[in-house]
Amino acid sequence: MAYSLKAPGRRFVIGVPYTWLVVFFLLPFLILLYISFVDMGNDISPFKPIWDSETGLLHLKYDNYYTIFQSGDGGALFQTLYIEAYLRSLWYALCTALLCLVIGYPFSYFIARSAPSVRPALLMMVMLPFWTSFLLRVYAWKGILADQGVVNQVLLALGIINEPIQMLYTDVSMLVGMTYVYLPFMVLPLYANLVKMDFRLLEAAYDLGTSPFKAFWLVTVPLSKAGIIAGFMLVFIPCVGEFVIPSLLGGPENIMIGRVVWDEMFTSNNWPRASALAVVMIGLIVVPLAIYYHFTGEAAEPKH
Amino acid sequence: MKQLLNRYFGKAWLALTFLFLYLPLFFMVVFSFNSTRQDAVFTGFSLRWYEALTRDTKIVDGFWLSVKVATFAGIASAVLATFAAFVLVRYRRFIGRTLFSGMVNAPLVMPEVVIGLSLLLLMVGIQNAFGWPQRGMLTIVLGHTLLGMAYGMVVVQSRLLEMDRAIEEAAMDLGAKPFQVFFLVTMPNIMQAVFAAYLLAFTLSFDDVVIAEFLSGPGVNTLPQVIFGYARRGINPTIYAAATLLIVSVTLVVIGYSVWVARQTRKREREMAAAVRAETAVLSA
Repeated sequence: MAYSLKAPGRRFVIGVPYTWLVVFFLLPFLILLYISFVDMGNDISPFKPIWDSETGLLHLKYDNYYTIFQSGDGGALFQTLYIEAYLRSLWYALCTALLCLVIGYPFSYFIARSAPSVRPALLMMVMLPFWTSFLLRVYAWKGILADQGVVNQVLLALGIINEPIQMLYTDVSMLVGMTYVYLPFMVLPLYANLVKMDFRLLEAAYDLGTSPFKAFWLVTVPLSKAGIIAGFMLVFIPCVGEFVIPSLLGGPENIMIGRVVWDEMFTSNNWPRASALAVVMIGLIVVPLAIYYHFTGEAAEPKH
Repeated sequence: MKQLLNRYFGKAWLALTFLFLYLPLFFMVVFSFNSTRQDAVFTGFSLRWYEALTRDTKIVDGFWLSVKVATFAGIASAVLATFAAFVLVRYRRFIGRTLFSGMVNAPLVMPEVVIGLSLLLLMVGIQNAFGWPQRGMLTIVLGHTLLGMAYGMVVVQSRLLEMDRAIEEAAMDLGAKPFQVFFLVTMPNIMQAVFAAYLLAFTLSFDDVVIAEFLSGPGVNTLPQVIFGYARRGINPTIYAAATLLIVSVTLVVIGYSVWVARQTRKREREMAAAVRAETAVLSA
């Protein structure tokens, strides 16, 4: 019989984290959901109650959701600024995840195939920038990619370009910044997967006359599928909600949905619409996650 | 020939990727010592930005606030993470377990903007009802604890899962009470993971700008908030000086921590080996 606390002790141990999560995670989410279904109020009380003060009847308002998907009354569907921002966020997240995979896969592979004695040091070198301020590392790219920045100076000096190219506040700076920040999220699960791989299988493929490229494609890649998917999700999901990188490295053309929520909340002071946008944003995250768990069949324990 | 190419290709790929990862850090360290306010050409060595940093009260105040917030959030996260991990690993069956496990893990995938916004709505609600708390340090600590707890839980959970339950049962058989077992047997075994959870939560808190932006009140700005404000305005080498100090201290802490872990592991292995030797000596006598 494994040791278990008696009822009062057990209730206490479960109760502490449970209560905390209900109050600070579940309740805020329910409030968010509630406010997304009410009307906008005035400056003093930014949203109206869901029941009618005179008749006491409930009346849910779906307008906050309609305006996300439809411009104006009876306007075209899916052609609003909000939908554009959602699509742009998904697009950047997808591109970032692919770039991280292209850079990170060979990187993880070569770390996994290096001598066991140097592996911990190499991994630590991957983690070290990760522990220094994310904000500062993003900020540094602002100086590196500026019109008069280091990259342009080097390219000018080498004679590759004749005049500075604008990289800051474009897709280039956005993708460089996001790939840079999220690369370790791709490398760690891939490495964990590749280091466990039995490389004798590759040797067997060589012995049977397979070319290295074909062996890599037919043996290594399929065996590391779980790592690829995990890394992809770990990059894709936080990228969709990214707030800091578009604020620092993006221009008005590169605005993502996180920023739109912020602006609705603090600039337009439209709490119900900000809430509705946030609820839809959760939907965007939940759908790929559900697909992921459906295909991997794993319990909901994301790795870090 | 092919193998040679393979080896050099591997080395080159590793080198280039590390260059990419470290370029911003080198950049900030170098230009923090620049004598002028531009960051394309190094015009000469100077410490003026470090001097400017010490005189910048916003940054200094923000730093101390961040240290306080991260310390409290780190401790609260480590304690709650230990509770949550213990519940998930040891109590296989209780009412609402699925909801519990979902709530613990959800902050890992929730966008920070959503966490910040929903907590802000809760705080406003509480404040309207009770007139307390004002948005400020306390509310930021609460927000960061939610995030830190989720990450810390993963760390403590994996340690609890690999821990040998037999020693707990041995303690029970010898008459230890459940809380004695926890504090005298379980805790020493998972202490390293609890400390790692604390460090992780501290770093997350010290680094976070989004949740703090939502939950801070007027005049209350953590270091990342101050830096974020400066960063949006343009180039400011004072930030590079702050970054350099941070890079140096983080490097020292990370190296120190891994040396400590390596030493602990070696010590444990030595003790195990000694115990095994003693046992064989007794058995063969």
